Amino acid sequence: MATSTVPAPLGERLTRIWETAPGLYGVIATVDHKIIGRRYLVTAMVFLVLGGIEAAMMRAQLAAPDMHLISPEVYNQIFTMHGVTMIFWYAAPILSGFSNYLWPLMLGARDMACPRANALSYWTFLMSGIFLYTSVPLGQMPDRGWFAYAPLTELAYSPGLNMDFYAIGLTFLSVSTTVGAINFIATLFKTRAPGMSLNRLPIFVWGTLTTSFAIVFAMPALTASCALLFLDRRVGTHFYDAALGGSPLLWQHLFWSFGHPWVYIVVLPAMGIISDLLPTFCRRPLVGYTFVAMATVTTGILGFGVWVHHMFATGLPATAMSFFAAASMVITIPSAVAVMSWLATMWLGRPVFKTPMLFAAGFIVLFVIGGVSGVATAAIPFDWQLTDTYFVVAHLHYVLIGINVFAVMAGFYYWLPKITGRMMSASLGRWNFWLMFLGFGVGFFPMHTLGLLGMPRRIYTYHAGMGWGWQNLWVTVGAYVFALGVAVFVYNVIWSLVRGEAAGPNPWDGPTLEWATPSPPPPYNFAVIPTVGSRHPLWEGRLDETESRSQLARGPVLDAGRDTFGTTPLDAEPDEILRMPEDTVWPFLLSLSILVICYGLVTGVIWLGIAGAMALLVTIAGWFWPQPSMTPADGEV
Amino acid sequence: MTMAQGRSTRQLRRLVLASVTGGFCTACADAPLNYMYGHGPAASSIARLGWWLVIVSAVVVAIVTILVVAAALRRPAAREPMALEGIGAHGGLSWIYIGGLLLPALILILSFALTLGSLHATTRPPRDPVATVQIIGHRWWWEVRYVDRDPTKTIVTANEIHVPVGQPVRLELTSADVIHSFWVPQLAGKTDVIPGLTNVAWLQADRAGVFRGACTEYCGLQHANMNPIVIAEPLMAFQTWVAAQRTDAATPTDPDAAAGQLVFQKSTCATCHAIRGLETLGRVGPDLTHLASRLTLAAGTLENTRGNLAGWIANTQALKPGNDMPVMTLAPNDLQALLAYLETLK
Repeated sequence: MATSTVPAPLGERLTRIWETAPGLYGVIATVDHKIIGRRYLVTAMVFLVLGGIEAAMMRAQLAAPDMHLISPEVYNQIFTMHGVTMIFWYAAPILSGFSNYLWPLMLGARDMACPRANALSYWTFLMSGIFLYTSVPLGQMPDRGWFAYAPLTELAYSPGLNMDFYAIGLTFLSVSTTVGAINFIATLFKTRAPGMSLNRLPIFVWGTLTTSFAIVFAMPALTASCALLFLDRRVGTHFYDAALGGSPLLWQHLFWSFGHPWVYIVVLPAMGIISDLLPTFCRRPLVGYTFVAMATVTTGILGFGVWVHHMFATGLPATAMSFFAAASMVITIPSAVAVMSWLATMWLGRPVFKTPMLFAAGFIVLFVIGGVSGVATAAIPFDWQLTDTYFVVAHLHYVLIGINVFAVMAGFYYWLPKITGRMMSASLGRWNFWLMFLGFGVGFFPMHTLGLLGMPRRIYTYHAGMGWGWQNLWVTVGAYVFALGVAVFVYNVIWSLVRGEAAGPNPWDGPTLEWATPSPPPPYNFAVIPTVGSRHPLWEGRLDETESRSQLARGPVLDAGRDTFGTTPLDAEPDEILRMPEDTVWPFLLSLSILVICYGLVTGVIWLGIAGAMALLVTIAGWFWPQPSMTPADGEV
Repeated sequence: MTMAQGRSTRQLRRLVLASVTGGFCTACADAPLNYMYGHGPAASSIARLGWWLVIVSAVVVAIVTILVVAAALRRPAAREPMALEGIGAHGGLSWIYIGGLLLPALILILSFALTLGSLHATTRPPRDPVATVQIIGHRWWWEVRYVDRDPTKTIVTANEIHVPVGQPVRLELTSADVIHSFWVPQLAGKTDVIPGLTNVAWLQADRAGVFRGACTEYCGLQHANMNPIVIAEPLMAFQTWVAAQRTDAATPTDPDAAAGQLVFQKSTCATCHAIRGLETLGRVGPDLTHLASRLTLAAGTLENTRGNLAGWIANTQALKPGNDMPVMTLAPNDLQALLAYLETLK
């Protein structure tokens, strides 16, 4: 079905209603999900580059035995910052960026359900990152690993501010993550276009929905563990101090009962990206849509039952461990279902190897390698050998790079034309893919064998007699080639902004609603609120389907103000008109207040903390002050 | 299994590892922490489980890679480049039933059964342990105590654990500060060393030799240099070693060494280090009663030679930055005397 053509006066009217205010005010006051989504993507990529620089420094130190380029103090700070940055400030936020940008477009809505909360989620993400990186010029970067095992993190063993930056920074970030997750859940159940029933959601939406629920249940464990750590360090409690009745293992249980669900939080939407772009580039619908959607949800749920496989060596009873080993193996099944769906889609369709498809194909191979090495960690006795060796480093990088970064790259090549309106270079795209794919293989595959040869994690140097020397050189060379691939990507983005040809609304002939909008989409997304009649609204009439037909050109325009439909949770029947909020600076000011509180906490300057708290109260009052414009003019439908 | 069969199995395994790893095979033989070959019942059982997992993983990855590459090379004819396939949304579910559910379930059930089998074989030693060794993790070295009912017969040493060949030894592990993890991979899997808890483990060496280990829980600045050694020796040799360790340090007869003993007692050495036989109270650093009988210094950081020992005493912070031992400023004569004395602590 062709894209609707909007009558010019309607388009201008809607633009006036939805457009972000110009100037600096607009920069800090915008609530447009597309602007927020873009900022998420750019900011998360900046953190990817920062984490990459840290990785490059580590790899220089480890390239050969007995190197002394970096002192152990600095090395420990760098490997910790690398992990914390990549896992918390890149891997999940980059997916939030895609979700923020794409959800309303995929779901046929004009914005997220809670646009101001969306702005708050971004500003807290940015400012918590700024807070964390304040530790760099101070030379007090967190240095106890991203997992930060107590009691090494206690004041007695970590007297600097390093771990205060960690505990406070993560708590700050968890505000962003939790607010974002609740917003996705609200959006999903409230603002889908009429007819966008649950069985028509793109798999990417299923992925983000599942992870949003996982965040709501997992995040409190991390926040609690960090809060207890802060109390131990700065107030004098003893939650993790064995000598005074505390328990070091309490940290591990809290941290991993958050940490393992987090793994699925940073991969399920990425798997969704692949599930959604494969149909476009294999020219047929996804095989086994319902299986893949259910596999996504199942993984999210099972993900809460496997955390103990991070703790097999802590001396837990064998029976208890066996349960978690079984759960950790069972969770392979939904992943296998997804892989088979992708393979079947390739085999029963006709793959067209544009750049996104190259990354998707590479992704499938890396996904399987990262998956089978994960099964090895579930086999308890073998885990006693491989845990805390480079085998696990290999495994987690196949998960975080193979399953997250490769999917993100595929996603960028697929959707950036939608976001910027311009195509990226296909030839640079091929260079980008092959540099990253080969660099990754050369750099990260030998980490498996280094692990099997016993190289422990988190060592700043190693002796020549250990048999790890030249494989480490490979790893370093491969990692640098991979980094070159990332540089080509950045160059390609800039190239496309300057030189790229106009994309048009649907350059890949994709089947889903986001391709029905112009590229880039106007501030109001859809001039006409679409009515969805199938899973592939833009392929209707070209597939042997008998589903009802979507309506994209005709329908309600809702041009009385910032209005969009509120729909029922399951079948998406319209039941009210929602008046969406105007631009507002309160989310920005609220985040700034929290930033001030965090600086007060880390420095121990009480008046700073109190000033931040007062500002926080004022901004919350301002935010919730009654506004007449929030009531829809037309009332109920 | 005969020797020849054993060798050919090993060769086969190496071949598989080589094909899996793209030719990194030569490194295997020279890596003392390589855990794909065990030299004790626990490590051997785990290595068998490991090989199963590695080989099955390699096969799965190979099949999927072939399917992806073949799908890419297969070029079905199309009317136009981006035309849709004229097939419905349904179909292809047999891929999911067979490849996504049935085959993974079979492989996983088998893997889980093998895991439980190996778990059974590794949690308990084949027979009662002949000795109990307490291992206490410190930042960044291992205190090793052989406990005896008679307290005067208790042995205290550091970083090196002697065991008799072919006999299980019980380990009781705890920490004096932060969490460490004790690991000698060619004998057994790792066990975390946690303050406030005592974890019990065991290991057994099936042949004589020196088996290297590592601390494998990140424990701060010198986590990289906290490497224990297990020395497996025939029962007679082990008993001789035990008897020697039980003795106090001999009073030196050589005048140089006697002067060195005085240096030890009068300098700050004695504040932290104990030498049984001298009236020193130091318990902060490793017990030095039989220092000269050890293979390494500073928990595997340096080989135990006179030169390295001198360097260690004079410049400890350069060799292992951040460790608790202060740099000793001794007159050259005093240092030489001290070295002469320490060398008598066989």
